Amino acid sequence: MEAVEIKNLLQQQLGVDIEWCSDENGVGDPFAVVPAEKWLEACRLARGHEQLQFDYLRALTGTDRPEQEVIEVVAHLFSYRLRHPFVLKTRAQRTQPVLDSISAVWPAAEWYEREIFDLLGVDFRGHRDLRRIMMPDDWPGHPLRKDYQQPDDYHGIPTSRPRAEEQAND
Amino acid sequence: MTELVRIAENRQELVLNMGPHHPSTHGVLRFLVHTDGEVMSRAVPEVGYLHRGLEKMAESVNWAGYMPFTDRVNYLEAMFTNQVYAMAVERLLGVEVPERAEFLRVIACELNRLANHFITLGCITMDLGAFTPFVYLLRERETINDLIESLCGNRVTHNYMRIGGVAHDVDDDWLRHLEKFLDHFEPLIEEFRALIVGNEILVRRMAPVAVICAEDAVAWGLVGPNLRASGVDWDVRRDLPYSAYPQVEFSVPLGRDGQGDAQSIAGDCYQRFLVRVEEVRQSCRILRQCLQKLPAGDIKAKVPKLIKPPAAECYAAVEGARGEIGCYVVSDGGPKPYRVKWRTSSFSAMSIIEHISPGLMIADLVAVIATLDVIAPETDR
Amino acid sequence: MTHIERGPEGGYAVGPLDRLFNLARKHSLWYLLFGTACCAIELMQTGGPRADADRFGMMFRSTPRQADVLILAGTITYKMASRIRLLYDQMSEPKYVIAMGSCASTGGLFQKSYSVVNGGDLFLPVDVYIPGCPPRPESLVEGLMTVQRLIEKEPWLKKAWGKLPERSDPHLPKENV
Repeated sequence: MEAVEIKNLLQQQLGVDIEWCSDENGVGDPFAVVPAEKWLEACRLARGHEQLQFDYLRALTGTDRPEQEVIEVVAHLFSYRLRHPFVLKTRAQRTQPVLDSISAVWPAAEWYEREIFDLLGVDFRGHRDLRRIMMPDDWPGHPLRKDYQQPDDYHGIPTSRPRAEEQAND
Repeated sequence: MTELVRIAENRQELVLNMGPHHPSTHGVLRFLVHTDGEVMSRAVPEVGYLHRGLEKMAESVNWAGYMPFTDRVNYLEAMFTNQVYAMAVERLLGVEVPERAEFLRVIACELNRLANHFITLGCITMDLGAFTPFVYLLRERETINDLIESLCGNRVTHNYMRIGGVAHDVDDDWLRHLEKFLDHFEPLIEEFRALIVGNEILVRRMAPVAVICAEDAVAWGLVGPNLRASGVDWDVRRDLPYSAYPQVEFSVPLGRDGQGDAQSIAGDCYQRFLVRVEEVRQSCRILRQCLQKLPAGDIKAKVPKLIKPPAAECYAAVEGARGEIGCYVVSDGGPKPYRVKWRTSSFSAMSIIEHISPGLMIADLVAVIATLDVIAPETDR
Repeated sequence: MTHIERGPEGGYAVGPLDRLFNLARKHSLWYLLFGTACCAIELMQTGGPRADADRFGMMFRSTPRQADVLILAGTITYKMASRIRLLYDQMSEPKYVIAMGSCASTGGLFQKSYSVVNGGDLFLPVDVYIPGCPPRPESLVEGLMTVQRLIEKEPWLKKAWGKLPERSDPHLPKENV
């Protein structure tokens, strides 16, 4: 199925308007944006519907978009049986980002959601074990955000080396 | 007799810490093993000990300047990560790579696949106690390191590909060296088989241990040899062709019940091992065909000095030695990437370990980690 | 400083005990099999057939209790730093630390990253720095040989037992230390 047909099918099944972004010159990948409250339902449909059958969650990415005040979560989907790819997105409010977890639909999403929680701060409702995965447990802040500031030291280890001029004066 | 029974029933679970420093060579990975004696109830992996923030570093360097960082995403498959990043940016720019460059990319990638499988196969046997095959394969890997060094200047972390093509050309001398290496190495595959592949101890430790069925493999996002060993016939080179792969012939090995040993089941550790051994042979086949078919021409397309792709996003994928490596790039029209995301196979492979660990023994956990071929930089990026 | 004399039974050498002990120690340096990132691959290749580290008497040991040298091969992250400190504390004296590669020396390529420690010497005392990204096996062997040269000169017994005698007249007979 073509990407735009998939989007039409999803739109018809979900009953809401889906934002469709596709470049007329064919540059890059087209994608569909579903509202946050329909995220889990859209994913269930993508996995289970007989014309879609997206059994492989290729990647789940989080992108911080401060100018739009959202954090985007992007799911790249693929179907081994029907051989079609699709890009499904949703947006969470940047101040208190909360989304439904899709780890019940694709178990692969468990660790991807943990990573998005760790690096961007998005809370996933219904996740079995949501805790930091990449950074230490007591790390302050969410590093992948665009306005992240690094602390000066971590448990006594300074985060930058003394500059050459300072060292020469010691 | 009743005393013995009473002791056996007195279960107490112990949480054993394995790592992040451990004798196995897969990098800094940590497992919290909940075990009662030898049998585990589950093994919880902890990662992040090599998280270097490669995705965030992309936002502070130019598009072309990010290429050396792509080597470090997976230093054993540096050519593949170079290629997938270059492919994603080339798709956004609309640049077509010249044919000679595509063939050179395939040659570099297949050499890298060989070098990677040497380490993987060597580490599998070393973790299970056989040190000799590892050293034999390291010796062959040194020849590949020499070839790659004369190609691009570095033995590991190559930085060979550029957006639009490759960085350096090859001459007839190099091609002759490559052919000599293939002539020398192909008989050694049989020697490796005779040395270790049918070894009773290796087979009993791997077959049938930790069977991952095809549905689980797909649902948990396993890719590459792990997926094919579970019986799912999928290879990005053949099924979503890219680069010069449509012009070469190769077969894709699959795992099957009873292949190699009567007790082996599709999806167990032994099938994952055998699939990789066969892939080594297929890589040599591809390299020979590329040597025949390498056309003359440019090695790099014309791209602007300062690369500024239009504001769009793109996902590109290649079949690396461990499976599908995907690169998702988002451009906002500026000279630096807005977001780069790496989809790596070890991340998914680590996440399935907690699911398959109940009932395995601690010694089996070592076999599972080795045959799933997880390494720390891919998991943590 | 070693005085060699031929004699009726063949010969004998006289020299400081330090020299003898250091000779034995430097030719049997056991390194900890520890590597985080790309430098670990070159560390493995150094132990491999071509740039064989075993010919210097260097073996890899998995446990820090049996190791003399800690080779920081690869990038160090904050999460890993406390574990490396634990490993270092478990090694018994005398111990040496080699920072192999740019990442372990100064943070390397990842200096601006939020999760990378800018060099092993911010939390460990480092003896030898080896530049490179990654350093060739020959560079790593040069680094290990530098540790050997450091060991050669170590004055253990001189510091422990030695008190230099008063020497006012050079013609007086030398006393035993």
